[in-house]
Amino acid sequence: MPILEAKNLTYTYSIGSPFEKTAVDHIDLSIAEGEFVGVIGHTGSGKSTLMQMMNGLLQPTSGQILLDGCDIWDKKTDRRNIRFQVGLVFQYPEYQLFEETVYQDIAFGPKNMKLSEAEIDRRVRETAEAVGLTEEQLKKAPYALSGGQKRRAAIAGVMAMEPRVLILDEPTAGLDPKGRTKILTQLQAFHKRTGCTILLVSHSMEDVARYASKLLVLSQAKVVCYDTPTGVFAQSQSLESMGLALPQITRIFKQLAEKGISFEDEVYTVKYGAELLKTRLEGRNPEC
Amino acid sequence: MESLISIRDVRFAYAAGDETEQPTEVLKGISLEIQKGELVAVLGHNGSGKSTLAKLLNAILLPTSGSVQVDGMDTTDEARLFDIRQRVGMVFQNPDNQIVATIVEEDVAFALENMGVDPDEMRERVDEALKAVKMYDFREHAPHQLSGGQKQRVAIAGIIAMRPDCIVLDEPTAMLDPQGRREVMKTIKRLNRDYGITVILITHEMDEAAQCQRVVVIDHGMVRMDDVPEKVFSKVGEMKQIGLDVPQATELIHMLREAGYPLDPEIITEEACVDALTELFSQKS
Repeated sequence: MPILEAKNLTYTYSIGSPFEKTAVDHIDLSIAEGEFVGVIGHTGSGKSTLMQMMNGLLQPTSGQILLDGCDIWDKKTDRRNIRFQVGLVFQYPEYQLFEETVYQDIAFGPKNMKLSEAEIDRRVRETAEAVGLTEEQLKKAPYALSGGQKRRAAIAGVMAMEPRVLILDEPTAGLDPKGRTKILTQLQAFHKRTGCTILLVSHSMEDVARYASKLLVLSQAKVVCYDTPTGVFAQSQSLESMGLALPQITRIFKQLAEKGISFEDEVYTVKYGAELLKTRLEGRNPEC
Repeated sequence: MESLISIRDVRFAYAAGDETEQPTEVLKGISLEIQKGELVAVLGHNGSGKSTLAKLLNAILLPTSGSVQVDGMDTTDEARLFDIRQRVGMVFQNPDNQIVATIVEEDVAFALENMGVDPDEMRERVDEALKAVKMYDFREHAPHQLSGGQKQRVAIAGIIAMRPDCIVLDEPTAMLDPQGRREVMKTIKRLNRDYGITVILITHEMDEAAQCQRVVVIDHGMVRMDDVPEKVFSKVGEMKQIGLDVPQATELIHMLREAGYPLDPEIITEEACVDALTELFSQKS
């Protein structure tokens, strides 16, 4: 059974005013448990609105969000509990750090879940380690950390609730390449270790291509496709017409194909591209 | 070419929080000459000091030691502060923090009003600036109705209207989607090419840096590299070690070179990469 489903889901802002705008328009979607989903789409495509409906922060105008087959807006549903199960990390989450120490900040979510001291302690230490924060840094005030460290501390705060679904809205925006890779590989390890479902909103095709098992492409409030990266990148023209850029490496291989050097697989990582080229070049050597 | 901005042995330290802490030295002796009409990218990891450097260029911050001169004016000379800020305009990461008015053209006119520009001239300059960033058709829109890329172009228009010699942009595309990024990069390059405005672009996007004429890499408060992008990105290992990256085209070529294929290490564009690979395959077949 899928863990999260959207059925005929719609959200309209400012109904009845001149600014009425449908941000999510009759979306149907089914996400399997354990998937690592990259969510892409241009600004205003409805990504953030959809993500905020996933954990009950916004109530759909019409349609349903189902968690384990249960409507999260059903009268019998405990919505507080939904938010423990579906964790949401906002854009620039480091602005939300507010406690006196990093430790206390990460412990804030688990504390609200009324867990025992020992369990809270285990979770704080485990997630701090998962995002690469040291024992020393846990004792510091959040403002004493660097930008990248603050970002990771904020993400750890949501991870510590051990949600079954972890949603992150552009977690790498504004970070340098090393900081981006760090967060993404840590997420990947967390995903492997816990088996949780991850939804990662990103503007970087390069990033989602490298880490996600599925891509969800949104455009103008609708789902354009929900498929494996290979399947999505095969439709390069429609992606580019939506204002989304393919990874540079994918564009290079498309152009090579036009010049007669074509490969069966879609290429969206440099490493894989280099392997393909090397194999092809070596294969040809004996003929020279 | 003549020098527009001279940075000479600049050091900068942020004051300590209290007496028990040491002041944090962010810039440790930087010297750079920015020529008139240049399009320069500044790269560096988070905390490398590149944003601090940007703020020194129009006297938002003053060096702890060393000097910054804009067109011969020292940024510590308070009497010239107004002239310096008019010559060097800044655009920041988040367009929402820079837009003050409720109508696009009023926002672009904001600085001109402060400068006391004559209304007729103001009209002319605002229209010209909006046309330069291709936002003239939106002049009567409210900024909140615009996309991130459009808002950032309005912020750039607000700077252009002051007719600066130089624009410093601190990660202007970080919050934008690919479409918005392309729009802003195109605008920046056009302003440099057609209007001769000197541009200093601070960025984390290697593809954007690859489109500039010169790339300065800042690492731990010092200039680590300063060269044309082809030379800077050919040092794949060094860039990665600093915590930066190279365009994917360069990385692909680099991997094949390591496997022994004779390719030009200074390839930084998609087109050049495709051409080089096509050539390599035609030799082999």
